[in-house]
Amino acid sequence: MKQSFAPVLTVVGLLLVVWYAAAIWLNADWTYDKAKRSGEIVTTTSLIKDTWAQDKPKLPAPHQVAAEIWRTTVEKKITSKRSLIYHSWITLSATLLGFGLGTVLGTLLAVGIVYNRTMDMSVMPWVIASQTIPILAIAPMIIVVLNAVGISGLLPKAMIGMYLSFFPIVVGMVKGLRSPDQMQLDQMRTWHASASQTFWRLRLPASMPYLFTSLKIAMAASLVGAIIGELPTGAVAGLGARLLAGSYYGQTIQIWSALLMAAALAAVLVGIIGMVQRITLKRMGMAQ
Amino acid sequence: MMWMIFAIAAWAFGWWINMRLARGRPVRWRSLAAPIVFGVTLIAIWEGVVRGLEISPVLLPAPSAIAVRFGASLDILWVDFVQTVLKGALSGYVIGCGAAFLIAVAVDRFPFLQRGLLPVGNFVAALPIIGMAPILVMWFGFDWQSKAAVVVVMVFFPMLVNTVQGLQATDTMQRDLMRTYGASYWVTLFKLRLPAAMPFVFNGLKIGTTLALIGAIVAEFFGSPIRGMGFRISTSVGQLALDLVWAEIVVAAIAGSAFYGAMALIERRITFWHPSQRN
Repeated sequence: MKQSFAPVLTVVGLLLVVWYAAAIWLNADWTYDKAKRSGEIVTTTSLIKDTWAQDKPKLPAPHQVAAEIWRTTVEKKITSKRSLIYHSWITLSATLLGFGLGTVLGTLLAVGIVYNRTMDMSVMPWVIASQTIPILAIAPMIIVVLNAVGISGLLPKAMIGMYLSFFPIVVGMVKGLRSPDQMQLDQMRTWHASASQTFWRLRLPASMPYLFTSLKIAMAASLVGAIIGELPTGAVAGLGARLLAGSYYGQTIQIWSALLMAAALAAVLVGIIGMVQRITLKRMGMAQ
Repeated sequence: MMWMIFAIAAWAFGWWINMRLARGRPVRWRSLAAPIVFGVTLIAIWEGVVRGLEISPVLLPAPSAIAVRFGASLDILWVDFVQTVLKGALSGYVIGCGAAFLIAVAVDRFPFLQRGLLPVGNFVAALPIIGMAPILVMWFGFDWQSKAAVVVVMVFFPMLVNTVQGLQATDTMQRDLMRTYGASYWVTLFKLRLPAAMPFVFNGLKIGTTLALIGAIVAEFFGSPIRGMGFRISTSVGQLALDLVWAEIVVAAIAGSAFYGAMALIERRITFWHPSQRN
């Protein structure tokens, strides 16, 4: 961890430099345009100054985005419609619900697949095929249809998150539940363990490392699902709505701040799972 | 009522066939037949339930209605397919994967950069990159170029991370052997490290296929010319023409599966030596 600290910082620093340079390059047109109309002469310093401080830049500079995030999180009341915290909370609740549902569904399917040959043969290929369907593309339809039958608000968004997150869980859990080798299974049999004892004491604990890896992927997928699910609801609330509203009105700074907020959310959620993973595996004596 | 009975009968029949298939020896045709039976059963149940409960076609059209619509609007579907899949997704996929591959090979020469790039790349790969779509549509206009750009950004990081990891897959012993042969960097790269990296590279390529389709379709929600699968889906939902939406979904599913299947096939040909490909 410590070893990769300096390299990571270097890469992040490089990205920031590229970002600032790109901001100059992309926003220069507008600056020149403006200067031509007012008859000013653009020098290098004034060009840089202007491209980093436009109102609706093509690419806002990092410090503009940071300022916007600061303004909409710390300086606004949480209940305000302009507060990013408020929108993040809306997205977060849908993400967590979808993630929870997806985990439960995925685990149940995995148990079914491991214990039932018929399910293994007939369902497993479809679980894989289900992911080649670009579900995000039909998210608007799902939202509209569910709205029509009276399900609205949190649940439709969570359903999309669920569809995206159950897949990594199924794949990971099937692998995990099958990870005990023949020797260990035979050992359980010599102890005359029942099927449920084998499950609770051998298969389930053995699947934990696989489960946590899957949980991380599922959480990120569920967040993407929730954000996309917010697009067709008419840009009411949530990070996805902020993205859409920003793109309608050309508010690039708003788009980028929503985007970075979503990134931070993803990082925190995945980080939490990583922490739980480390603690759990340590207490189970499986830490590497 | 008749249709509900039909649905239940279809379910029972499909389950019975699969039970029998699962009980026999696991030969190749059995493992192919089981999922097909399952899929056909699902469609039969769907048809029966929609007709039996008289669900409005505005909510959920029956499979037969979707099939009819699919046959009737082949020309529209083809135009959309060309716009979204061939122009948007495929070109973005080639550019994105190609760029990521070359950058990964270049970065590989600098272990310092590489150590930094892996965590950052892994982090970015987990981000909701699809959110970049409105920005890229703003930059590159409404036509397929912006969709390709979204696809490039989406496939780039999974591909990069996988390739960088793949290039590290050789162990010291193998590299030392190359050194004792007096092999140069390039010879080692082409004869040892790239072949060894192929399973990882194909992993990235396969992840990219689904991402490419999703990226191209979702980007169309933020603005597109009057053709394309995403455009058709969002406008048809507004017109409550759900049978057309489902027809587009069928196209997307077929395109996605074919794309993935093609990659898996190429992988089998190239990484035939890998344990996961041997029978």
